[in-house]
Amino acid sequence: MKTFINKTDSKLTNLVAFDDMILTTELPTTAGSKMLDGYVSLFEAEVVNKLKKAGYNLAGKVNVGEFNVDLMGETSYFGAVTDESGNLVGAISEVMKDTDIVATIAVDVNGAQRRAVMATDLVYLKPTYGTVSRFGIIPTACSGESVCVIARNASDLEKILNVIAGHDDKDGTSIDDSRMNSEKASAKAIEKVAFLKDMFAISEKDACEAKKALESVGVATADIDSGVLSKAGSAWNILMSAELTNNVSRYDGVKFGYRSSNYTNIDELYTNSRTEAFGELLKTAILYGSEVLSTNNYDKMYDKSLRVRRVISEAMDSIFAEYDAIALPVASKKVFTAKDVADNAYLAYEESRFTAISTIVGLPTIVKCGYQIIGRAFAENALLDLLRKIEKEGA
Amino acid sequence: MTKYETVIGLEVHVELATKSKIFCSCSAEFGAEQNESVCPACCGMPGMLPIVNKKVVELGMTAGMMLNCDINRVTTFDKKNYYYPDLPTSYQTTQLFAPICVNGTVEITTSKGTKNVRIKQIHMEEDAGKLVHDDWTDTSLVDFNRTSVPLCEIVSQPDLSSAEEVVAYLERLRSLLRFAKVSDCRMEQGSMRCDVNLSIRPEGSDKLGVRTEIKNMNSISAITRAIEYEVARHIDALETGSEELVQETRRWDDIKGKSYAMRNKETAGDYRYFPDPNIMPIVIDDEWYDSVKKTLPEFPEVKKARYVDKLGLTEYDADQLTRSRALCDCFESASATCGMPKEVANWLISDVMKMLNKKSMTFDMLSLDGNKLGQLIKLVEDGKVSRANAKKILSIMFDEDINPEEYAEKNGYIVSNDTDQIASIISAVVAGDPKAVADYKSGKEKAIMSLFGKCMRELKGNCDPQVLKELLIDIVNKA
Ligand SMILES: [Zn+2]
Repeated sequence: MKTFINKTDSKLTNLVAFDDMILTTELPTTAGSKMLDGYVSLFEAEVVNKLKKAGYNLAGKVNVGEFNVDLMGETSYFGAVTDESGNLVGAISEVMKDTDIVATIAVDVNGAQRRAVMATDLVYLKPTYGTVSRFGIIPTACSGESVCVIARNASDLEKILNVIAGHDDKDGTSIDDSRMNSEKASAKAIEKVAFLKDMFAISEKDACEAKKALESVGVATADIDSGVLSKAGSAWNILMSAELTNNVSRYDGVKFGYRSSNYTNIDELYTNSRTEAFGELLKTAILYGSEVLSTNNYDKMYDKSLRVRRVISEAMDSIFAEYDAIALPVASKKVFTAKDVADNAYLAYEESRFTAISTIVGLPTIVKCGYQIIGRAFAENALLDLLRKIEKEGA
Repeated sequence: MTKYETVIGLEVHVELATKSKIFCSCSAEFGAEQNESVCPACCGMPGMLPIVNKKVVELGMTAGMMLNCDINRVTTFDKKNYYYPDLPTSYQTTQLFAPICVNGTVEITTSKGTKNVRIKQIHMEEDAGKLVHDDWTDTSLVDFNRTSVPLCEIVSQPDLSSAEEVVAYLERLRSLLRFAKVSDCRMEQGSMRCDVNLSIRPEGSDKLGVRTEIKNMNSISAITRAIEYEVARHIDALETGSEELVQETRRWDDIKGKSYAMRNKETAGDYRYFPDPNIMPIVIDDEWYDSVKKTLPEFPEVKKARYVDKLGLTEYDADQLTRSRALCDCFESASATCGMPKEVANWLISDVMKMLNKKSMTFDMLSLDGNKLGQLIKLVEDGKVSRANAKKILSIMFDEDINPEEYAEKNGYIVSNDTDQIASIISAVVAGDPKAVADYKSGKEKAIMSLFGKCMRELKGNCDPQVLKELLIDIVNKA
């Protein structure tokens, strides 16, 4: 059981940890896969650059599920992280027990990081898509993958966000600074929050606690139906698998990464390298992704999912015309066990119904105590202000 | 006997003339050492993101404008998935859903007259690398220099009906694209290659026959032979039933003079295209569109007509010059400098083009500064430098960036106007050759020429021949 795949052994302060999807030059970056075991990048991710320049030091590289698409890291080639009773705990929450580490920077593709903090005191922030550079992130599902931050409180989240946010010419989806600044300046404070009641209905998590906390800081709450938002999980599973299939096709044993020693021609080199190095869940995702992109299925699956994404985005706009944020649980259960994922290979797909809502449209999201709060685009500061108020009230 | 007609459509790939690759800043120039022009992005390493080279989009627009296409004001890139060792990411970034240009036409002229060939679309894409077989170790090695070199693919409608038309079409494309500096279109270096889609049908039929695609043709003569071979093969199959025609991709073996079906594996495939989420749609606004439109050159035949009508060149000279954009540019700027277009045309055609040929350079490789050529010609016309010496200076200008007047001064090429000095040199020559003087006086007119040559040599050519001749006759007569 590994929390860190690789660790710096320095006695430095001002430490931040990075999950093993973020490329560093001083330590390998494995994506939790045998395919990239020992892979050292020639260049560093922009988030790593920025944090180093701001005086932060690299603590180590945190274990992650294979290519980051599982429930809570259980598919890592380096082993799942569990406690004595067999509960999945997620490598991030273990790493953050080291109080010298200010924050862990991770990449959220399918919600594993949100699930990893839901049963802890940690807080999580996923900023608006395009505000943090994805340069140097091992790509999985580019249209929704996002750098996220896990820390102990709102002020640490904000400190890190201020360092890593900003335009990057090396990322074609990065938003201009001028737009980011003007959007930020016009962001509204959070005064009214819509609770997705059908999402709470299928979760062990109850809405009461969150409503109480919000109301205690003067925020109004109301229940609404999630409507088309409930389709986010299915649509995202399709888009994510398709993009993932494409992004991991570069690992073919020819140029870098694992190469099977068992081949006599190029086709065997491809097939055996990938068969031997990729795990089961990833293989399933690759097959699923290939299927949804095939000529026969493109229109009815892939293109339809792109349309669902647009419809969800419009539905979000109409919710945000009335409310300032949306609240829902992180997952259907409070705790997942190793047995849960062993019994149900598709659990990660099923659980994405909760996390994909903000992923598929790239909206900012915070997580505390197993609740997610999704804000309008560029409302990360409003979300952090809300979190700070709740922290104060709770103290 | 049934008469058949041939239906041909072409997919022409041209390498765009940019300095750098389509999504990274690596050099896109031909001729680097193997794997010299590569970086993590064009080697497919994870974590690099594509940043579209603006120049590629501009050249794509230019190509479309030259071929009378509509430019899609919002154009997007898509990923095409397939495995091949020369494709480092295992996908090619190309355009399927919203290519940069659609619906164009190209006018071609053949022995049967002129005809319009419709262009279906032009799309931008990246090239793949190159496999090199190492016989010593019996392994294949990959050279990634060419990966992500920008290409545009020009797809015609099936409007061509013979090898002659195909050749005329390719020549026309090459001329237009070279003129607009979109590509140097050099087939021998692979910067222009094409796939030929061909079928035959009974004359007058409106049903298309079974289509075969001959891939990766890169010489005009091979294309002609391949088309003739395929047409004969198709007719033979239909007439004699010697084989069943199937829709397939074939490879042309120019040495054997035969086409072969490619293994199914090499061509099979569902490419699983989908929009590239890392490249935002490219919006071409009016300002950008107009700025590119402004850079379009005159069509070669428009230039030619102007050279004849406005600048007084002969048809032949105008034809020679409009064979290359570089020659035209040089001609126009030299003419502007010296104001003597006919003289400039003479220099370019009789001297400059010869020099290029001698160095085995194409006309497009001309890098002579037209303004300086104009200055040189002016020096000659003003009688400051002799024509013979000017040619010497021109050959230096080919390789070095020199100012012709300064160079002439420094190297003693300025014509002397000092008649006293010239007369004293003539007198010395005449005094040294009494025999020639006597011969001339006895009526042998030719004798004067040997004296003339000797004087010119003494003067290093820096004398107006007319002045020299008059002075010489004068001095000899007095001697
Ligand atoms: Zn490169």
